[in-house]
Amino acid sequence: MRFTHLIYLLYFLVFLNCKKDKFELTKIEGHQIQITDTLKTDQSIEDYVKPYRDHIQKDLDSVLAYASNTYSKTDSKLNTAIGNFMADVAYEQANPVFLKRSGHNIDMVLLNFGGIRSILPKGKISKGTAFKLMPFENSIVVAAIKGTQVNQLVDYLVKAKTAHPISKLQIIINTDGQLVDAKINGKNIDPNKTYYVATNDYLYEGGDHMTFFKPSDSLYRLNYKIRNTLIDYFMKVDTVNPVQDNRFIQIK
Amino acid sequence: MKRRDFIQQASIGTALVSLGGLGLQSFTTLEKTKKITIIHTNDVHSHIDPFPPDDPRNANIGGVARRASLIEAIRKENPNTLLLDAGDIFQGTPYFNYYGGELEFKLMSKLKYDVATIGNHDFDNGIEGLYSQLPHANFDFISANYDFTNTAMDTHTKPYKIFLKDGIKIGVFGLGVELDGLVSPENFKETKYLDPIEISQDMTRILKDEKGCDLIICLSHLGYDYHDSKTISDLNLAKATKNIDLIIGGHTHTFLPKPTIVKNLDGINTLVNQVGCYGINLGRIDFYFDANKNKSADGVSITV
Repeated sequence: MRFTHLIYLLYFLVFLNCKKDKFELTKIEGHQIQITDTLKTDQSIEDYVKPYRDHIQKDLDSVLAYASNTYSKTDSKLNTAIGNFMADVAYEQANPVFLKRSGHNIDMVLLNFGGIRSILPKGKISKGTAFKLMPFENSIVVAAIKGTQVNQLVDYLVKAKTAHPISKLQIIINTDGQLVDAKINGKNIDPNKTYYVATNDYLYEGGDHMTFFKPSDSLYRLNYKIRNTLIDYFMKVDTVNPVQDNRFIQIK
Repeated sequence: MKRRDFIQQASIGTALVSLGGLGLQSFTTLEKTKKITIIHTNDVHSHIDPFPPDDPRNANIGGVARRASLIEAIRKENPNTLLLDAGDIFQGTPYFNYYGGELEFKLMSKLKYDVATIGNHDFDNGIEGLYSQLPHANFDFISANYDFTNTAMDTHTKPYKIFLKDGIKIGVFGLGVELDGLVSPENFKETKYLDPIEISQDMTRILKDEKGCDLIICLSHLGYDYHDSKTISDLNLAKATKNIDLIIGGHTHTFLPKPTIVKNLDGINTLVNQVGCYGINLGRIDFYFDANKNKSADGVSITV
């Protein structure tokens, strides 16, 4: 009758513990496991992903245009072929959208040097090229700001002496690095006028210490990604051959 | 005698002797310890494939197919495991640009994620973009401090979820970061952000006092810590609340050498953890429960 005894013992224990059979947290252990190539690859997951990966790769690799040369944001100072290209493309692609929505034209474009994330290599340009140039999801916004704020924008660029991509704006500085002239579309900046400045949402929010976009009279979010301006442009042209020009220069 | 045989015999005994009011549950007291394993990711940002061999920082690291085998091994070792994600599932590779998060959700479903919270980047295709991918997710989204009334996500999230694993009741509630300034208003629409600390006080009261949870986990996308001490972070949430055992965080892509131990409002230890980003790491926290043991004066022992 060993079982009977055991059961009696069991009930005895159960009754004894009836009021406090609550489990209490006594110990916690924490670890972090890095996902390295020593871990086995789950083949069913791998097989599931493959068609998606193949489709993306094929699309990213399809050739859209050709670059005449290799362009880098460090090719020159103050303005670069690749920066000019990106700002001009932003204007060309975004202005029709903005005009249709607001009835105004974009007066100028300002992007940031740091936003050019790779070189544009000579030869085949694919969607993948656009993803490398602009991996971020930033979109074009147009801020309506006063001429006084545009002057702050110019001061920022003069002080930075960095080839932040600009379009429709021209800046000349002297040998001491002081501002000599700044024009938008060939005209002096009128402090009282409202200018429609296209930029990206990151900079509008004060990224790279560009604090001059706020307050803005109005803000237009075009829902047009910088990357898509590039892809759309590459799709409509055969060859890309941007140049450094005189949009931001220092008189020697 | 094998333990299982013994319990079977004992069950027969119960039926025969038939003592009223005593269910089989009572026999769980025979097990001396229970172990609950929490495994977690955050800010995976559409990183489905491992980083390429030429990546300057994370060469050959990460990848969902590898994470899957690791998770399977952990579940095999302890079936009483929960798999959680602290948000920012979307955005970061062309997988998101091409498929809008479909593959991310499908893979998380295959990996049997139990629950996830919502990060700011999960709004990147707008609130409708998030809503439209929900059919691909076989797991729930929890968010206690986003009020989705008048948006597409209304009724598609829960503030918390309770899991019962081996008789241990685990309450998990979700928290999201302030969207204003991070996400375009066009994307989050009428989503209202509610104060995470007040909401956490409500949540812990409900989960602890009303629902009687043994373990309370906060799945947060608030961010680990900020220079500006006024911004609500996981660290100051831990200090300002009580009864939370573990905060699993995200948003700040913080790589911690080990989980942080923080004294809560009652002076009791709370764990705060985050495992960086991009599926580089999997976090694992094991909770051990003992039966019939008076909680020792020095409380819970934590090894991290």
